[in-house]
Amino acid sequence: MKIEGKQMIWKEYQKEIASDNFFYVRSCVRQNFFPGSEKTFLRIMRDELQKDVFENASHTTCSGIGYHSDIVPIETTMTMIARQFALMTEAGKENFTTSCITSFGLYNEVLETWHHFPDVEERVRQNLLKATGRSFNKPKNISHASDVIFHFRKEIADRGKFTLTDHRTGKPLRVVEHIGCHYSKMFPSKGVGGAEYPYVLAGMIEDWGGEVIDYPERRHCCGFGFRQYLVKANRGYSIACSKKKFESMESYSPDMILTNCPGCPMFLDRWQYAISEMEGKTYGGNGQGIPVLTYEELAGLVLGYNPWDLGLQVHQVPVEPLLDKMGVPYDPGMKFKGANGEDLGMPEAPSYLNFYPETA
Amino acid sequence: MNKPVVIIGGGIAGMEAAACISAKGREVILLEKTGQLGGHLLQWDRLFPTRRKSSEVLRHLEKGMNDGISVHLEAEISGIENNNGVFIVKLSDGREFEGSALLLSTGYSVFDARKKEEYGYGIYDNVITSAELEEFFRNNRQENLLKGIKSKRIGIVHCVGSRDEKVGNLYCSKVCCITGVKQAIEIKELLPESEIYCFYMDLRMFDRHFEEMYYEAQQKWGIHFIRGRMSEAAENADHTLVVKVEDTLTGLPLKMTVDILILLVGFIPSPETARLAGMLGIDSGEDGFLIVEDEHFASNSTSIPGVFISGAVKGPVCIEHTITDARAAALQVLSYLDSEIAKWRNSETVK
Repeated sequence: MKIEGKQMIWKEYQKEIASDNFFYVRSCVRQNFFPGSEKTFLRIMRDELQKDVFENASHTTCSGIGYHSDIVPIETTMTMIARQFALMTEAGKENFTTSCITSFGLYNEVLETWHHFPDVEERVRQNLLKATGRSFNKPKNISHASDVIFHFRKEIADRGKFTLTDHRTGKPLRVVEHIGCHYSKMFPSKGVGGAEYPYVLAGMIEDWGGEVIDYPERRHCCGFGFRQYLVKANRGYSIACSKKKFESMESYSPDMILTNCPGCPMFLDRWQYAISEMEGKTYGGNGQGIPVLTYEELAGLVLGYNPWDLGLQVHQVPVEPLLDKMGVPYDPGMKFKGANGEDLGMPEAPSYLNFYPETA
Repeated sequence: MNKPVVIIGGGIAGMEAAACISAKGREVILLEKTGQLGGHLLQWDRLFPTRRKSSEVLRHLEKGMNDGISVHLEAEISGIENNNGVFIVKLSDGREFEGSALLLSTGYSVFDARKKEEYGYGIYDNVITSAELEEFFRNNRQENLLKGIKSKRIGIVHCVGSRDEKVGNLYCSKVCCITGVKQAIEIKELLPESEIYCFYMDLRMFDRHFEEMYYEAQQKWGIHFIRGRMSEAAENADHTLVVKVEDTLTGLPLKMTVDILILLVGFIPSPETARLAGMLGIDSGEDGFLIVEDEHFASNSTSIPGVFISGAVKGPVCIEHTITDARAAALQVLSYLDSEIAKWRNSETVK
């Protein structure tokens, strides 16, 4: 592997990422899957970096999952996206940032469609005006929230209390990065580092002290892929995709998997449990899994946030082995306590996956 | 019209055209930007379909370089003026040449395989181009190339940078298919135990003996031809490569591990050709190659009187056809100069 070859590609795919005054739109599903991630993004941006990030509670889904499942027609999708832009315009913002990769891809797809077919844009504008009385400006800058964290990765490292190194040995942690398909596969120029060797997560890993693992099935789908999971009969294919990735990365002994898409961490995390139940197979050594984190969760750990404030207790694959390596302190007794200290109960231990690992 | 013919580009086309024009008594100035005549011929080992050494062809071309040809190496052109049919070619080092006709034979560039990012050229250790393989053969460095390889399973990818809308090249580079067949046989001769897989869209064996060579590759050498484009390559920890291909004949996706992946890189218009064509006002097509005055009957002249083109500046072409084209270009240049002389004589007579 010649890193200089990748660096040449990374140089060719630089994108402009806004530095302040964001209009933030959330994901439909992430608050259920990984409930601390979006909150952590806002905490980092507002409290750590003193940036202006505006939200409007009345924003809706972009309808991406419905669109990609052939349930929502494109004109409806475009009008819903136009409404999001109208909310941004009304807030006086120009820098649009999305929590969801599917949304990010879809916003870019719609803007590209309007660029090539101005008559379609005009029709959407008329539809929105008739339906809601709203009009909109197109964003001056559009980024995914992982672009924004990438943009501020060095500032986060400077403020960081922990690094991606094994504090007991000083060695860099070995990290698999998994990029959501819709981040740059449709529009390589819209993603940091392009489509084939994206740098958005690799850059965070490097600057936070870790080592990126490039393994043969790096580009393969996480297993979500909409139809693979949404159509119930296809779920065998979904778990087979995830399994293919785990088998491919296993020999590299990754310490964790880092993701930037709503679906990827969900499937890479939960399917490890399902595979262990089906086949008795685990991928992390000693019956443990490979912890799967979102980029906000990892940034939060680097910044020294309490793991249970980040929502790491709702992961199917326990994160304690990673916390132990990084030297992040945590209170095992508080893992399943609510924010008000209420006991939420202990989950039933899986048959094979070591859910209650011995802590350091 | 009695000034020399200036030929820019000392590759196959330029050398052969110079020899032909000079043989008819016309003085020729041959300008070459590098330090050596021969162009891409200097990079290849053996040529398809005869497996003749490229050095032998070069020696033959060099025999044509006689006293009537003034060769100027390291000639970097900074400007060209067209003064009513007298062409003044200026070099960056201050040298200047005048000619009554100008032949552009600046050739092509090899496609930069890094643009096919998914194949990992320049990133994965064992992904090389067909041009690099020739270099290994030419320098007798086969052992280095295959160092440490145990199973010697080799993949050859056709149409890298050719017939590919994604990289903006819709044209066929013509020579890659047969180059792939030739190189597969050569590897098999070197490593009889190796398994060789050629991944192709379709095989364009357009010239004499090509189809026979393709049959030989399959029947005598057991080389596997799989119809389907490769979607991606990825590197294993041991530096072998996992390739994913669709086998369109069986209708199944194929995933296999190879030790070396050879990318058959095609032609692209050379930046130097584009630069000089811009100076002269010669138009290029959407593919970037230069446009001739008439595809059938004036295939070496351009829209500019006195300016001619030959070889791969017009598009992908094999060596045999380049030589033929250079001879045709020489004939057109000489006809042009004769007609100019006739015009001058007529005008003198009228006076």
